[in-house]
Amino acid sequence: MAMVQATMRPVGEVDNDSILYLDGVSVSFDGFKALNNLSFVVDPGELRAIIGPNGAGKTTMMDVVTGKTRPDEGRVEFNGGIDLTKLDEARIANLGIGRKFQKPTVFEFHTVFRNLELALKGHRGVLDSLLFRRGDDQQARIEEVLETIALTGAADMEAGSLSHGQKQWLEIGMLLMQDPELLLVDEPAAGMTDAETEQTAALLKRIAGRRSVVVVEHDMEFVKALGCRVTVLHEGSVLAEGSLERVQADEQVVEVYLGR
Amino acid sequence: MNTAVPQRRSGFSFLLTDRGGRILLSVLLVLIIAVPILNLWVPESSPFHVPTFVVSLLGKYLAFALLALSVDLIWGFAGILSLGHGAFFALGGYAMGMHLMREIGGRGVYGNPILPDFMVFLNWKELPWYWLGFDMFWFAMLMVAVAPGALAFLFGWLAFRSRVTGVYLSIITQALTFALMLAFFRNDMGFGGNNGLTDFKDVLGFNLQSDATRVGLFIATALLLALSYALCRLIVTSRLGSVLVAIRDAESRTRFLGYRVEHYQLFVFTVSAALAGIAGALYVPQVGIINPSEFTPANSIEIVIWVAIGGRGTLYGAVLGAVIVNFAKTYLTGAFPDIWLYFLGAMFILVTIFLPKGLVGTLPAFPSLSRKSAAKPRPVSPGAPPVRQAAPGE
Amino acid sequence: MARIATLPGRLAALGVLLTVVLGGALSAHAEDARDFDALVAGLNAKSFKSKIKAVDAVAASGHERAADVLAVFLGGKLFARRSDGRIFMTERSGGVYLLTDAVTGADAGQAPGKKLRKVRVNNRVRVAIRTALGGLTLLSPDPAKRSAAADAVFKSPNAGFLPTLEAAIARETVEKIKIKLIMTRAAVQLKTGKTDGIKLTAIGTLSDLATPASRALLAGVVQAEGGNAISEAAAGALAGIERKLAFWNAVGNIFQGLSLGSVLLLAAVGLAITFGVMGVINMAHGELVMLGAYTTFVIQEIFRTHFPDLFDWSIIVALPCAFAVSGAFGIAIERGIIRHLYGRPLETLLATWGLSLVLQQLVRSVFGPTNREVGSPSWMSGSMEIAGGFVLTFNRAWIILFSLLVLAALIVVFKKTAFGLQMRAVTQNRAMAGSMGIRTGWVDAMTFGLGAGIAGVAGVALSQIDNVSPNLGQAYIIDSFMVVVFGGVGNLWGTLVGAFTLGIVNKFLEPFAGAVLAKILVLVVIILFIQKRPRGLFALKGRAVEN
Repeated sequence: MAMVQATMRPVGEVDNDSILYLDGVSVSFDGFKALNNLSFVVDPGELRAIIGPNGAGKTTMMDVVTGKTRPDEGRVEFNGGIDLTKLDEARIANLGIGRKFQKPTVFEFHTVFRNLELALKGHRGVLDSLLFRRGDDQQARIEEVLETIALTGAADMEAGSLSHGQKQWLEIGMLLMQDPELLLVDEPAAGMTDAETEQTAALLKRIAGRRSVVVVEHDMEFVKALGCRVTVLHEGSVLAEGSLERVQADEQVVEVYLGR
Repeated sequence: MNTAVPQRRSGFSFLLTDRGGRILLSVLLVLIIAVPILNLWVPESSPFHVPTFVVSLLGKYLAFALLALSVDLIWGFAGILSLGHGAFFALGGYAMGMHLMREIGGRGVYGNPILPDFMVFLNWKELPWYWLGFDMFWFAMLMVAVAPGALAFLFGWLAFRSRVTGVYLSIITQALTFALMLAFFRNDMGFGGNNGLTDFKDVLGFNLQSDATRVGLFIATALLLALSYALCRLIVTSRLGSVLVAIRDAESRTRFLGYRVEHYQLFVFTVSAALAGIAGALYVPQVGIINPSEFTPANSIEIVIWVAIGGRGTLYGAVLGAVIVNFAKTYLTGAFPDIWLYFLGAMFILVTIFLPKGLVGTLPAFPSLSRKSAAKPRPVSPGAPPVRQAAPGE
Repeated sequence: MARIATLPGRLAALGVLLTVVLGGALSAHAEDARDFDALVAGLNAKSFKSKIKAVDAVAASGHERAADVLAVFLGGKLFARRSDGRIFMTERSGGVYLLTDAVTGADAGQAPGKKLRKVRVNNRVRVAIRTALGGLTLLSPDPAKRSAAADAVFKSPNAGFLPTLEAAIARETVEKIKIKLIMTRAAVQLKTGKTDGIKLTAIGTLSDLATPASRALLAGVVQAEGGNAISEAAAGALAGIERKLAFWNAVGNIFQGLSLGSVLLLAAVGLAITFGVMGVINMAHGELVMLGAYTTFVIQEIFRTHFPDLFDWSIIVALPCAFAVSGAFGIAIERGIIRHLYGRPLETLLATWGLSLVLQQLVRSVFGPTNREVGSPSWMSGSMEIAGGFVLTFNRAWIILFSLLVLAALIVVFKKTAFGLQMRAVTQNRAMAGSMGIRTGWVDAMTFGLGAGIAGVAGVALSQIDNVSPNLGQAYIIDSFMVVVFGGVGNLWGTLVGAFTLGIVNKFLEPFAGAVLAKILVLVVIILFIQKRPRGLFALKGRAVEN
């Protein structure tokens, strides 16, 4: 559970050890280029923050990786060469990519416990789920995650009655139940108190290491708390990459954030 | 010590954890025992005698209840609002009707041992291929579920694969039933055109007009309703049911968890259509006719309001709603024919605005019957120290 | 004479008579009245064969009263007096017959039925009369009648018409009718010509005429002649005509399709606003159309009773009234029902369906369950044959034009007015629009009212071509939804293209598959189409669509 510092590597280097590899990805909606020749690489176990102004293409990038949006061109590869551009969401999820939405999305009419149980790895087939029985080890696994996300006491509550921050955590918990190799986390700190934000940062840092985590975030305090490598997106492509201090010192980045 | 992992599905617990369902099954059991006695063995002079037409009327209500159950399975639990279930009901009815037509044999007006009267009338020389086999009861009974199920599978495969959901799906299912209605009105389809199939004589050799056969049909309907309820209950209390509710409430979340949403939707849609077909097959011998008007889009929407009135997402609520609305329909169309449409229309409006949970979700007498009462996962009391088991990683 | 003029069945004959009297056109054929007397008496001959001869003779006499007598004969109102065999034109009035002398046209008092015997007529005689009348009316002053007469002669060519035809061609001033007459002469020549030369010339002339009648004529010749030069020439001309006919048939199908499409467009465009712009499923939309049609009916009744002279304007008055009535209902529906159900589209669907049942029953209670008669103003009735059997009916042409005007008006409202701007603002971001001071509730109600008002206007148009009954709306609701789904939600151009595409496809399928099967096929095609484009032809793309 030790915090693993992301290994630094020069921008543009390509190899097959990467967990996520985007090369020259472009997506346009009715002439608007949401992604424009976007390329970047995430290493196994890395924690990566992605920042950028509104419309920079952050969410579209996640849509492309998780199969919700097909890129017009470019390569999107996972775990050393699995082409993601041809697969659908369910397939990609089962390969080991979990995604948390910008707006916390949990199953409001299910209990917290049931939410986690549904996210439990495996048993995705129709007949399999009809005949599914929860085993002891699975029970234990759910309880473990409940504790990780500090919702043990709320296990029996309907998810809809949780606070906004708790829903965010539940959703992260569901990602953990999936046991993914790569987590894509969209604005996890939105609507959280300072204390919650801090806890969330700590949680994500703990998760990284064994898994790769890509966090999209607006909140610079939060990004600072993550203490990881930062990629700045602007108009659908990478503007700068490096430590937070470095990108904050970058003139172009300053211009994009303040200049307009 | 770890708290006991609940055996969610040991034996019949999925049936018995649900008070509304227990009441439903008990009522059906009482009906199955009481109706034959009160009809066949209590003399007609007795005030307790149940006349045969009432038996058939009750049977019809229970067939409608089964139909409502099938709609609730997909609407209440998977969020799929089908406006085409009247079509699946009618297809099952036609499959049954075709068997009953074949069973008439040479006793028709034209005395043709093979061809039903309407085919003789149209100068047809031989049975169309799709009528073959319907002289065999088992085959016809198979088709009762398979024909609507296959159509639902094909249609659902096309629709769910393209992620046509919500109101789009509703509108397309309505178009489907409308197209089928136009088709079945045609004489050259080989299903009797306008007039449909009627003048049935007997089923499995029993005269359809006799009291005993009527009672038998009623018992069969009540039994199949109970069985279907159990099947639906089994589905919705399983993990499959949880996934369906998950899809209903947050489809893309479910998808990003790795579930193939379209497979689940397709499965439950097909099962539901087959149940609707069975309901149609039970309905036809009790009312003695099946014709294309069963495909009218208005019929399909009416089913939805039965479920809405009873309370969607509860299964037994659908049964209650179907019986109540149809009882009201029988009464009002007889007593005040002009009032019925006002009444039905007002029900649509009032229930959706003021009774979104339906009768069973609203009546104070049923406080414990809300959706939550479905089999609960292991209760974790707030504050209780969770037992942590050895697990590497986080 | 005045009595006859009031009888619509005889108006045609009267027209002929008047010209003859005024113009003296038939003076060349005039014979004296005594001979005509004998000819008319011949109509009452014993055998039908003699009657036919008498009919031809009466027609050939060119007498000023010939057309009138024959027309009455055709109507079965020619009677002979039992006492002396004198022929009268009659009109039943109560228990007695009012008599007009057939030969002189003078009023001849009245007689009880038992003193008269009907001059009998059978089908063969009727055919002879019609043919003869055709020849006679070739010289009518009314161009429409001359045109119809030419068509009649064309269908049963007879050498006896040639002199009349020549005369008619010589004096014809209307170019179109002149061509028609020349074609008719060619048809007669082809059928009865003595030499191959005449026939070949006739075929040459006819090859320019592409109508089903010329096709039938030439096909008959090809079959009858068999293998010679004439048959070959006819076959060549026939092929050309077939091509032209196929072309005009396609044009006709497109027109029919546009007509159906314009109806769908009118019915669907209001839906495109409520469903497409607001995301509200209004199953009572069809009933709002129906209310518009009934408003037209009520307005027309008022005009019929109070301002019969202004009847042609009733439709124009009905348009704003229908818009107001349906629009008011729409606003009431939005405020009373839909407002409580925003964000719950399936519930909205059910509630509005319930409302549609109530509205249907309401109209049934007030106006009765049967169809109501709605008339067309004179400028909308009638039709014009363009070419090759393609007939342009004016009411359908008006409706096509009208539907496009409605669409154009809507686009202007959306793009150019402050209300349109507010509407789009609320659609795109309700919360933001609200915080900018836009009264979102008011905009919702007005938008829905607009969609409903358009439905009412559609009802006015539909009342011109369809039965006005409580079920009117039901007939269009499914098709309208198909148009919106097919065209793409939230896009008026999509609705336009969707409506006309579905209309035209439907009409092109109908000849092969029949109306019902065509409809089924179109539904199946839409279901398959949604596979490829789940959000319709003109779907919006991007993240904004998802929520």
